[in-house]
Amino acid sequence: MKQDISKLLQKKRKNILEDWMNSQLADAGLREDLMSNDELREQSAELLDSLLKGITEKNLTDFNAEAFAPVYEILSGISISRARQGFSPRETGVFVFSLKDALLKTLVTELQNDQETLMQALVTINKLLDNLGIITFETFIKGREEVILRQTDEIAEISTPVIQVWDGILALPIIGTLDSARTQVVMENLLQHIVETGSTIAILDISGVPAVDSLVAQHIIKTVAATRLMGAECIISGIRPEIAQTVVHLGIDLSNIMTKATLANALKHAFSMLRLDVKRIQKEKEK
Amino acid sequence: MDRIPILRMGKFLLVTIQIDLYDRLATNLETDLVYMVNKTGAKGVLIDISALSIVDSFMGRILGNIGSMARIMDAETVVVGMQPAVAITLVELGLELKGVHTALNVEKGMELLRNKIKDLDYEEEDEIEANEDSTE
Amino acid sequence: MRIVLNKDTMKIEKEQDVVPFRNRVKEYAVKIGMSVVNQTKLITAASELVRNMLKYANGGITVIEVISEGRNSGIRLTFVDKGPGIKDIALAMKDGFSTGKSLGLGLPGAKRLVNEFEIKSSVGEGTTVSIIKWKNG
Repeated sequence: MKQDISKLLQKKRKNILEDWMNSQLADAGLREDLMSNDELREQSAELLDSLLKGITEKNLTDFNAEAFAPVYEILSGISISRARQGFSPRETGVFVFSLKDALLKTLVTELQNDQETLMQALVTINKLLDNLGIITFETFIKGREEVILRQTDEIAEISTPVIQVWDGILALPIIGTLDSARTQVVMENLLQHIVETGSTIAILDISGVPAVDSLVAQHIIKTVAATRLMGAECIISGIRPEIAQTVVHLGIDLSNIMTKATLANALKHAFSMLRLDVKRIQKEKEK
Repeated sequence: MDRIPILRMGKFLLVTIQIDLYDRLATNLETDLVYMVNKTGAKGVLIDISALSIVDSFMGRILGNIGSMARIMDAETVVVGMQPAVAITLVELGLELKGVHTALNVEKGMELLRNKIKDLDYEEEDEIEANEDSTE
Repeated sequence: MRIVLNKDTMKIEKEQDVVPFRNRVKEYAVKIGMSVVNQTKLITAASELVRNMLKYANGGITVIEVISEGRNSGIRLTFVDKGPGIKDIALAMKDGFSTGKSLGLGLPGAKRLVNEFEIKSSVGEGTTVSIIKWKNG
C-alpha cells in the first residue's frame, strides 16, 4: 500500500513548521538584528503553506507545474528582500535548506515502516527543495545586481560635477576611467551646463583619469567636437607625462585639440581668450 | 510652397528655423539664402537652429553647403543655438559642419560675425543705407 | 525574452510623410521615458533610414514597436521597402560610400546611433532594416 506523501505532509504541517523554526533559530547565522523572530515565523509559515497547498501526488516531480507558481513567487520575494536587507547568501540559503531538513525529518518518522515509499519520498522532496534552493540563489543574486546597478547609476551621476570657475568658463574634472557610457553622461552634463550658463569655454581636466588609450582619446575627441558644435571651445588639461607618452606612442592625433598641462594653465589660457587680465594688486607705496 | 523666411538686418541675413524641416524645405532654404547673399551683398549669415530637435546628415550637409557657398561669395556663416542632444548626435553620426562657425545663441553669434567682418574689411562703412529690398 | 508591447505601422510615400513619422517615433520614445539624447539619436537614425527608403525605393512601410526585455524597454523600428535592394551590404555600411550624391553617412551613421542594427536585402526584391534603441543605453 502506498501512502500519499503530499497528504501526509499537509497533515503534519504544524510539526514541520515547528521543526523548521527550531532549526532556524538554532542556526548560528540567525540574524535577529535584521529580522525579528516573529517576522521570520510569518515568512516561514507563508512559504510552507503555499508549498503544502501546491503539492499533490502528481505534480511532486513536475517543478514547472502551475501550482508551484505562488511558491516561487513568495520565495523570490523573500530572497530579493533579503538581498536588499544585506543578508549573506549563506543566511539566505539556510532558510530554504533548513525547511528541507524539517520535511525530511517528518518523512523519516512517519514512514519508518514503509522503507520503499520513504526512499522515493526522500528523493522527490530532495529534488523539489533543491530546486527551491536554486531559485533562492538566482533571485538573491538578481536582487544584489539591482543594488549594484543602482549604485553604478549613482556613481555616474555624482562623479561628473561641472563647476563654473568664472563667468563664461566651466571646469569639469574627470575622475576614473572614461568608458562610452560615462562619456555620454559627461558630455550631456557639460553641454547642458554650457547652455544654462552661456559659457563659451569648457576645461576638461583629465588628471584623474588613470590611463588614456585610443578609446578614451576617441571619447575625449568626441566631447570636444560636440562642444565646438554648440559654439563653445574646449580645453583639455591635466595631461600627465605618462599620458603624453602613451598618446604619442599610440599615434593618437590630438593636434586639433587645445591641451594644457595643468588646470591653472588652462584657466590662464581661457582668461586670455576672453581677454581678461588677472593682476596682483600693488600695495600703495608710501610717499 | 512652404518657405523659411530670411530677414535682412544691415550687413547680415537672419534665418530662424522654427519647424522640423523636410528635405525639400531645406534645399529651398539653401537656394534662397545663396540668392539673398548675392542680392543684398550680405557679409554674414546667421542661422538659428535652437528649435530644431534633430539634425540628420542631410540637414547637416545643407548647413555645411550654405557655409561653403556663402564663403566663396565673401560672407561668413554662423549656426547658433544647437541643442546639446543634437550636438552629441551629430558627433556620433560623424558630421562636423565644416565651413560654418557656431555660437551658443543669437547674441554671441552676432558678436562673432561682427568680429569676423571687422577682421576682414576696414573700408566699407557706408553701405548700410540705401537699397532696402524686401525679403521676397 | 523580448516582448512587443505596442505596435504601429506607417506608410511612407512622400517627403512630407517624414515629419509626422519622426513625431510619432518621438511620441513613443517619450512615452517609455527615453532620455532626450537617446530620443534624438533614435529619431536621427530613423530620419536617415526613411530618407534612404524614399530615395532608393520610392517609399515603403515603417513599423514602430515598443519592446521590453527584462527590466529594459526600448523602441524597435523596422523599415521595409520593395526597392532595388543593395548589392553589397558591407560596402553600403562603409563610411563615405554612396551611390547617390550624399555624404554616405546614412547607413553607417544610423548604425552608430542605435544599439542594434540589422539589415537584410536582396537585389530586385527590396531591403529591410531593423533598429533597436534601448531606453538605457
